Amino acid sequence: MAAGDFLSDIEFISPVDFAKRKIQSLQEYSLLAAQSVANLFRRPIYGADMIQQADLIGFGSLPIVLASVFFTGAALALNSATTLSRFGATTVIGQLVSIGIVRELGPVLAGLVVAGRNASGMASELGSMIVTEQIDAMRALGTDPMKKLVTPRVVASVIMLFFLTILGDFMGLLGGSVVAGILLGMDSHEYWSNAWQTLVFSDVFMGLIKPLVFGFIVATVGCYYGLTTKGGTQGVGRSTTEAVVAAMILIIVVDVFVTRFLMVVLGS
Amino acid sequence: MSTPSLPLEARGTVPQDPAQDVIVFDDVAIAFEDNVVLDGISFRLPRGETKALFGVAGSGKSTILKLALGLLRPDRGHIYTLGEDVTQMKEEQLFDLRRKVGMVFQESALFDSLTVHDNVAFRLMEEGEVSLEEIDRRVREALRFVELEHTVDMFPSELSGGMRRRVAIARAIITQPETLLYDSPTGGLDPVTSTTIVELIVKQRDVYKSSSLMVTHRLQDAFLMATHIFDRKTNHMKHGEAGGRVEIPMAFLILRDGKVIFDGDLHQLVQTKDEYIREFIS
Repeated sequence: MAAGDFLSDIEFISPVDFAKRKIQSLQEYSLLAAQSVANLFRRPIYGADMIQQADLIGFGSLPIVLASVFFTGAALALNSATTLSRFGATTVIGQLVSIGIVRELGPVLAGLVVAGRNASGMASELGSMIVTEQIDAMRALGTDPMKKLVTPRVVASVIMLFFLTILGDFMGLLGGSVVAGILLGMDSHEYWSNAWQTLVFSDVFMGLIKPLVFGFIVATVGCYYGLTTKGGTQGVGRSTTEAVVAAMILIIVVDVFVTRFLMVVLGS
Repeated sequence: MSTPSLPLEARGTVPQDPAQDVIVFDDVAIAFEDNVVLDGISFRLPRGETKALFGVAGSGKSTILKLALGLLRPDRGHIYTLGEDVTQMKEEQLFDLRRKVGMVFQESALFDSLTVHDNVAFRLMEEGEVSLEEIDRRVREALRFVELEHTVDMFPSELSGGMRRRVAIARAIITQPETLLYDSPTGGLDPVTSTTIVELIVKQRDVYKSSSLMVTHRLQDAFLMATHIFDRKTNHMKHGEAGGRVEIPMAFLILRDGKVIFDGDLHQLVQTKDEYIREFIS
């Protein structure tokens, strides 16, 4: 293809149009997110679909969430040990891993893993339904796709990410414990006792609020990109990629604001 | 553009008569970005009639079906489906109306993660007012109507294109809606399968007296429907009697450049002097 042909295929849009499109996307996303919550208070409620999605999102993501947080906990303990040994303070590894995993790494890692696995799955599934007119068929059959497809995914993501984070936190602490015990020769009881006693209400509360927010982000972003798919199978691929990227970036950015907000609220 | 061969209703002044007309388009226009697809079209679908929509690709035929069901919103004009102005209704209100209208999509649009049974039963299961035994009985009855009862436990991916269209028809008719919308039900199918599907549509029209809008590229299918009636005794179509124009409730609507250039019955169509239409039907 000649360079001229290539350039002629590129669509140039003005900064104003670009800004308008982005604002419109934000508006559509906000509307979808609000409707997904509002539908919880309108009939019909699709309980069976919620359970099915919980199975797909929760149990399907369990092994990779547990593995990723376990090894992150282990790596955190290793890295901490290197620094702390200089000050002869390796006994506080349990505290450091505990705070790091419960407040921050557990929820964020679980969110990122679930985003990678499920935001993409939702975007590709709903995107395929869009391009094959299944969403239109559903509407034509008198069923609201927002109630039938979006709300169950949002509910399932929020609830399952909450529990995945709890299990992930435990696995992260376990990973730290293994490193502390086997590689650093630390007493297991000392490690767990330090890890447990250092946690206060605000740490646990912060660690359990975050997955609720992240679960909401994963599902709404995945569904939004899926339901706005355009351009056939190529569009499905594009939506899938964009959903994963957007969900991950949003989780990381929102994490900062949620952390700051909760620190102010909880006074920690 | 050629002059319309028949006088059309004055644009924007199509009267609404819910008792007689199941669908009324009144000066409807819609554009996708800069592409004007429909530009002030008006027509009526009387109760009990089947109207075949013709036009070149991209002329807005499928858009008309989606507009009639409120799946798309027009930029201008009013659309009355079963007496209700769908352009003024909220999405929530439209769901109730859509339950009274059946639609067969161009590529069937069956839910690929559900079995044939669950696809056909979808509407009844969503309504939640019918027992599982009754749903099963009605699903089998609908599948028997399209002669596909043996596919009840299969998935759409296991069916041929023609079988998928027939399952889509079964899904559309399970609640016996008084109005049906067919989007290219015979598109891309072999002649034998096409005739089978046309026969089902004629059966639905003549046995259940349903009204329908049918988008098609195959003129021969519409001519077949306009000249044949369903014979309950033989369970097949047969040629209508002389003067079938009166007896067979079939009409044609042709679109060109976003406007209706013909709206009439078979007799009027074959007698048209319009060169474009004559070329179209030749």
